[in-house]
Amino acid sequence: MTQGKSQESRSGWGLRAIQWALASAFLLSSYHAQADWSALNMTKGVTEISEKVYDLHMLIFTICVLIGIVVFGIMIVSMLMHRKSVGAVPAKFSHNTKLEYIWTVIPILILLGMAVPATSTLRDMYDASEADIDIEVRGYQWKWQYTYLNDDPAQEIKFMSALATSQDEIYNKANKREHYLLDVDNPLVIPVDKRVRFLVTSNDVIHSWWVPDFAVKKDAIPGFVHESWAVVKEPGVYRGKCTELCGKDHGFMPIVVHAVEQDEYDAWVAMKQEEALQVYETVGKTWTMAELMDTGEKVYQQNCMSCHQANGEGIPPAFPSLVGQGLSIGPIGEHIDIVINGKAGTAMQAFASQLNPAEIAAVVTYERNAWGNNVGDMAQPREVNALITGEE
Amino acid sequence: MSAVIENHHDDHDHGPDKGLMRWVLTTNHKDIGSLYLWFSFAMFLVGGCMALVIRAELFQPGLQLVAPEFFNQMTTMHGLIMVFGAVMPAFVGLANWLVPMMIGAPDMALPRMNNYSFWILPFAFGMLISTLFMEGGAPNFGWTFYAPLSTEYAPPSVTYFIFAVHLMGISSIMGSINVIVTILNMRAPGMRLMDMPLFVWTWLITAYLLIAVMPVLAGVVTMMLMDIHFGTAFFSAAGGGDPVLFQHVFWFFGHPEVYIMILPAFGIVSAIIPTFARKKLFGYDSMVYATASIAFLSFIVWAHHMFTVGMPIAGELYFMYATMLIAVPTGVKVFNWIATMWKGSMTFETPMLFAIAFVILFTIGGFSGLMLSIVPADFQYHDTYFVVAHFHYVLVPGSIFSIMAAAYYWLPKWTGNMYDETLGKTHFWLSFIGVNVTFFPQHFIGLAGMPRRYPDYALQFADWNMVSSVGAYIFGFSQLLFLFIVIKTIRGGKKASDEVWDGAEGLEWTIPSPAPYHTFSTPPALPARAH
Repeated sequence: MTQGKSQESRSGWGLRAIQWALASAFLLSSYHAQADWSALNMTKGVTEISEKVYDLHMLIFTICVLIGIVVFGIMIVSMLMHRKSVGAVPAKFSHNTKLEYIWTVIPILILLGMAVPATSTLRDMYDASEADIDIEVRGYQWKWQYTYLNDDPAQEIKFMSALATSQDEIYNKANKREHYLLDVDNPLVIPVDKRVRFLVTSNDVIHSWWVPDFAVKKDAIPGFVHESWAVVKEPGVYRGKCTELCGKDHGFMPIVVHAVEQDEYDAWVAMKQEEALQVYETVGKTWTMAELMDTGEKVYQQNCMSCHQANGEGIPPAFPSLVGQGLSIGPIGEHIDIVINGKAGTAMQAFASQLNPAEIAAVVTYERNAWGNNVGDMAQPREVNALITGEE
Repeated sequence: MSAVIENHHDDHDHGPDKGLMRWVLTTNHKDIGSLYLWFSFAMFLVGGCMALVIRAELFQPGLQLVAPEFFNQMTTMHGLIMVFGAVMPAFVGLANWLVPMMIGAPDMALPRMNNYSFWILPFAFGMLISTLFMEGGAPNFGWTFYAPLSTEYAPPSVTYFIFAVHLMGISSIMGSINVIVTILNMRAPGMRLMDMPLFVWTWLITAYLLIAVMPVLAGVVTMMLMDIHFGTAFFSAAGGGDPVLFQHVFWFFGHPEVYIMILPAFGIVSAIIPTFARKKLFGYDSMVYATASIAFLSFIVWAHHMFTVGMPIAGELYFMYATMLIAVPTGVKVFNWIATMWKGSMTFETPMLFAIAFVILFTIGGFSGLMLSIVPADFQYHDTYFVVAHFHYVLVPGSIFSIMAAAYYWLPKWTGNMYDETLGKTHFWLSFIGVNVTFFPQHFIGLAGMPRRYPDYALQFADWNMVSSVGAYIFGFSQLLFLFIVIKTIRGGKKASDEVWDGAEGLEWTIPSPAPYHTFSTPPALPARAH
């Protein structure tokens, strides 16, 4: 942790390497205060299932340690006693059928002893009873989308959840806060003591949705919906991560779940539905350039920057530059279209499912007028909405 | 002994040609063996440098040295180069050197094809490594290259990667055919299959595994190629395909591949431990049967790499039980090695140190493998550093330690000179400490929840990552000592006797040291059978 040792992002690679080496040498000599050698074992978690999994893990681990002590113990005794330097004379035996049987049968019995609890825990995990709440978890490069399924689509809560750690923290220009890389802008909120079903899928590549405290890890696979579930026993904040390599920001799409009491959950649901209503109203009004640019910058930072970069120059050829070329200074209709519908065969996603019309209008306007593009025109949420609903 | 001092009638056949063309055109199994081994070592250093880039970035939380895109290229290329470029060619090199000498054959059965199998490799890896300099960078989707990250979302260089994999596959298949044909047809008269040294047995079985699964790998990359360039949709859900199908086909190759990288190691250790215990290998027959059982089981457990893809419970249970079964024959092997050591008269030269470390550390990797087979627990372990620790324990102090043990063990036979024992032991202890400091803490950070293939991590994982990086640098740089020792031994040193080790058994120890360019031009007379 090189807090406070700001590093020039523009300085050459060699210089940075030297700085880094010096900082590291400094660290090794005077050990930092946040020592955390306790990151040693699996969490016990907060669901009945996660506790069973933990117990199973400890059982197998203990068996392995015991076998290890016996086997390595015999090896060590042999290495001490049967060495030429202490005058050992080699014995002549080279097989013993009875012994071979014994060390085939005993491991089989031990394995049976492991298979029984493993099977029963797995059956518990695969219990497919009805859930109280169904949440669709959809992976995107590189964030999650949560949809609280509801028979009435108007009542559906749907939002994106992305990393909230700043780029400055990641690039060692600011102190790393406690939940470095483990914070999101919009956490998932669920009630305790309710059976919550997670329907996991993906919009692009394979991701994997893992919350260790629930012992839930399911691959998010495009074209498939797989389910998993949890009944959380204690209120709290539970943090997880994406565990299937999904591209460059695989390490930067954490999961945060707030488990809250039922009344708190109800209040949150009411608030979310209110928010949705407000968004609906904002689409109707006419926005000023300043409003669009202001909102656009925030939307850009959350959704576009990881590929197209803060300065808009991208990482060609995979992530093209938006500065002074292409659609950003071309016809605005095509610009809006690519943001709404994405571009097949590339990482450019269809943002219509992730952003509301106001956000799309704002980010398009921002891209056309930031970094010296200065096209001067703007998109109105109303127009974007017409394009989205008109095409469906 | 008379077998090798046979007088030749062909005058041009006495020794190697001079100069570079000797190596380009050679059909001699010893030359080709050396080429494979040097190539493998070069790839080991290249792949190792990539590992050191990874560990340097992970020394501290935050992004310091490389961007995440490049980090992913490093993890991908490190895996591919180590698996296909370092471990596999090293074993083929050892097979080339040793199989003919162990079975009393004059050379491999198909010498010209042997030359082709090797010379494909530099082109394959040249192509693979060149992708690092291409626009869009090298493959960045992990060595397991799961679709659709490796198809729709891949950098343009993926096409070169596919072609490189095809070439490696062709090379492996030709090499395997050669090994099988040599072993089945060219054993010295009177040598039955159950008389063969275990290294020959394990390689015979490995070669069958290779022939069975390399075409599957070729198939899966061809399907990728079609998806990318010809509009098919094998792995694209949008086109009616199935991304999970990719994983099934890949791991149908991938799991036997894991055993391809460990069975020859079993053979090596089964040669070294009896020599330095001065006692016959315990349970030869059961060793052969255990190897065959492991090879068979390797075909029916593939989906244990995919417990989280959402298989139905019947599938999960089947693959769990089948996987747990592998512990039985593997246990038999470990027990047999220990029974071989028991009541022996051991000395601890460098090859023996590496072999004993192999048994202990490979067993630790086996324990974590057993833990990973337990489906409910695997949901917590899967794709974390616990898995990274597991497979590095079976591959580094497993496969790679066995290769080093083999190099020290047979180097005196190959060069005629003894290696420097003090330096050899120094190399062993540095490697042993380095490997454990690198990989043991990865069990901890994995269990505590750090996923693999992360360029940056939460603060709670900082301490053990730092330890792991320090270990990686110790291990990495101590391999330069290995290079130095090998070169020093080739250039000179105490002369080795023909038998080299006082407990060594087998035909390769009956020929002079260094082994003449041509050996067993007439088949040797076998010593009286012991069993």
